[in-house]
Amino acid sequence: MKNDMKKVEEIFNQLKEKFGDSVIELVSSQPVEAFIKISPLEIDKICLFLRDNEELLFDSLMCLSGVDDANGKNVVDDDGTSSIQGGTLSVYYHLESTKIGHKLTLKVSAPRENPDVNSVAKIWRHADWHEREAFDMVGINFLNHPDLRRILMPYDWEAGHPLRKDYKNPEFYQGMKVPY
Amino acid sequence: MSVEIENNKETQNGIKTEQMVLNLGPQHPSTHGVLRLELELEGEIITKVTPHIGYLHRCFEKHAEAMTYPQVVPYTDRMDYLSAMYNEFGYALAVEKLLGIELPERVEYIRVIMGEFQRIASHLVAIGTYGLDIGAFTPFLYCFRDRERILSLFEKTCGARLLYNYIWVGGLSHDLHPDFVREAKEFVKYFKPNIKELNDLLTMNKIFIERTANVGVLPVETAINYGISGPNLRASGLKWDIRKNDPYSVYHKFDFDIPVGKNDIGTVGDSWNRYYIRVLEMEQSLRIIEQALEQIPEGDVTSAIPKRIKPPVGQVYSRVENPKGELGYFIISNGSTSPFRVKVKGPSFVHLGVLNELCKGRMVADVIAILGSIDIVLGEVDR
Amino acid sequence: MIYDFFHNLTGSYFIADIIQAILPLFFFILPFALFAVWWERKVSAHMQDRLGPMRVGYHGALQTIADILKLFQKEDIVAKDIDKPLFNLAPVLVFIGSYGVFAAIPFTSAYIGANIDLGVFYIVAVSGLAVAGILMAGWASNNKYSLLGAMRSAAQMVSYEIPTILVIVSIVMITGTLNLNTLSEMQTGHFWNWMILGGPGFGIAKFLFIPFMILGFLIIYISTLAEVNRVPFDIPEAESELVAGYHTEYSGMKFAMFFLAEYANMFAVSAIVAALFFGGYQSPIGYLGNLLNAHWLIPIEQLFWFTAKGLFFVFVQMWLRWTLPRLRVDQLMETCWKYLIPIAFVDLIIVGLITVL
Repeated sequence: MKNDMKKVEEIFNQLKEKFGDSVIELVSSQPVEAFIKISPLEIDKICLFLRDNEELLFDSLMCLSGVDDANGKNVVDDDGTSSIQGGTLSVYYHLESTKIGHKLTLKVSAPRENPDVNSVAKIWRHADWHEREAFDMVGINFLNHPDLRRILMPYDWEAGHPLRKDYKNPEFYQGMKVPY
Repeated sequence: MSVEIENNKETQNGIKTEQMVLNLGPQHPSTHGVLRLELELEGEIITKVTPHIGYLHRCFEKHAEAMTYPQVVPYTDRMDYLSAMYNEFGYALAVEKLLGIELPERVEYIRVIMGEFQRIASHLVAIGTYGLDIGAFTPFLYCFRDRERILSLFEKTCGARLLYNYIWVGGLSHDLHPDFVREAKEFVKYFKPNIKELNDLLTMNKIFIERTANVGVLPVETAINYGISGPNLRASGLKWDIRKNDPYSVYHKFDFDIPVGKNDIGTVGDSWNRYYIRVLEMEQSLRIIEQALEQIPEGDVTSAIPKRIKPPVGQVYSRVENPKGELGYFIISNGSTSPFRVKVKGPSFVHLGVLNELCKGRMVADVIAILGSIDIVLGEVDR
Repeated sequence: MIYDFFHNLTGSYFIADIIQAILPLFFFILPFALFAVWWERKVSAHMQDRLGPMRVGYHGALQTIADILKLFQKEDIVAKDIDKPLFNLAPVLVFIGSYGVFAAIPFTSAYIGANIDLGVFYIVAVSGLAVAGILMAGWASNNKYSLLGAMRSAAQMVSYEIPTILVIVSIVMITGTLNLNTLSEMQTGHFWNWMILGGPGFGIAKFLFIPFMILGFLIIYISTLAEVNRVPFDIPEAESELVAGYHTEYSGMKFAMFFLAEYANMFAVSAIVAALFFGGYQSPIGYLGNLLNAHWLIPIEQLFWFTAKGLFFVFVQMWLRWTLPRLRVDQLMETCWKYLIPIAFVDLIIVGLITVL
């Protein structure tokens, strides 16, 4: 443990002081790591601060993951298909500082019907493709992203976002039968 | 040599020039898999490179949500199929952190030995195919000949040459067979002079140096911002290795160096350095294997494997030093026997994102040189 | 001798001329091309620590025949939007450019296809036809890759003709003749009369020539490597960059023509280098025929020596191919214009000075 490395509680307090209500809470009860919940539309300001502040210097984004929390209500339609209404979609950010050595996890939750999260692609260029993947797979809309398109699925895939818990494969794609 | 391109499309004589779009299509001899690169060219100089991926997307993350924790292990093999042992290693470490279990020392040592052999095998493929892209046909065959010996070691241990299903959560599937230590020591002795032969043939070859030195220079700040890791980051000058900076398993017991890019041939962060770091890393892996083979203790490798893996509710992000870079597993558990979400941060996915930055202003032949030096595997890019 | 033989056979100078000129084509070059394909595969295999073709015939000797039979019966697939006349004409031109050269090369003292006084000039001119053929192939294929490959190839071949010609001129200055047959005859005797060791004659001039001759030999060898598009100059057919360059769209017999033309070209330039610098068909150690007083044996021995020298240089070309990586296009042009041509010029001037003084 180097001397400048900060603990999660210290970083949480520092952020809460500076940004107030955008920093929602510190969740440290579950294994393995504690994370800080941030509001979705303020994430880019907080990340810029985290990157540029001399004591924190989080210059490297390790990973950015989109998650479907599946914490809404299960609704069954007339034709038998079930879908989830309500609940949230989340994005987890894992940050690290190559100079100081400490790590941090952030979580952002946006409502399922309107999943808008500010993009951090201009802060860490690493996030560019990860956000495209989160958009493609889970359907989170990143505002101010330089080029938000699908990345792994074909560009004209209309049947939704595959990693959502209520995703169903379409019958046909461009005339080809999908399930076999 | 890179050239500035002005944006105006009319030359002084009033002759209009147009940008040509060249497609290095999904089927191409040197794009290391199914990758489509769209190059916008002005003559022979590139203005923009757009990679199109997704041709090998096999929905690993969706499958993982439908299976139990042990059943995911064969699927992790198939992501970066050239370094399968390390994929399994990373996954097993992540789940073991969630479960909080302790492993017998023998298991840790065997995992490290297998991992380092896998690193040598993966780097041999990278070096051989890079030489092939540049036009030197012979080092490719020498590298594959040496890799065959490693693969036969693996085959004797777990039955498979390429995709093993060997490193399970909590232990291993089989113990080492009785001849393993002796054959591994023989391999180490056999391989050391071959590295020297490879250096004479390819690394220090004047034409090879002309093709790769000063090509695709990646400054270290850009590299960190783009999330580059592994040999590519070390070639740009930053001494960053997860085995030393954030040690896992028993790596803290071994004595090895971290090679970093230098300025003597070409510049720091160019393709030659990225290639040379891989050669040097193979030597360091041999050191680790030698030490591990001496220190390996006795024990039972299957004793700590839990009967039923049901981690508590929580999430973990754990990373290992894949031969290609930093392989990260982010696993969210909701208390059941299947993971709720497995997100894999594959290094090749990240490294492909920096291709546009590296190729601006260079020529078409350099794209092949740069792409080969970044060393991507499409299985990991698309998962 | 053989010319008279044909004349007596057919009773006409004209037909005798034609037969004599195309004789090497069927009896020497085509078998050589078939042999060279097999040999390249074996050489490359042994250098790469493997065996190469082993099953068809003894150690794969019949492999090439099997391949040619296969190519004969392959379907001639043509793309839709190609330029038909050019597409069909291109392999023929490239073929002519390679094979036409052999008419002027002295195989033995008793036989030369066509005893042209402008020997070397004719050779350089005819091999320029291949450039036109390659450009046609690239353009007519209606394929961006082929076009890129063809343009690069044309630039490369045209540029590298210049050092070749400069070195040839320096040899011509010493010997005073363009006729390859005369050049070979001048290098009679033993190996110390070969051009690379200063040429026939004696005196201080001969020893002064030696370093410049060696330099000239290196320059011409490298330039002719580029002429025949071999590694390290094989950008036009670089597999890993442009699939197959200008002959991507060709299949079947047309592809076979490109293929055979390449091997014939390799032998042609090796033969020229041997004729210019290494004594053509002359033996380095005297003739067995002279020893045994059987003078009819001498032309046969000369054919043997000529073939041996040609094969040796072809072997070195193959050796280089499997060892070295390839140069990038701009580095290739840089090598020619910034390094080879100035050195060849200096070489020419100094040789000229030594000859005059």
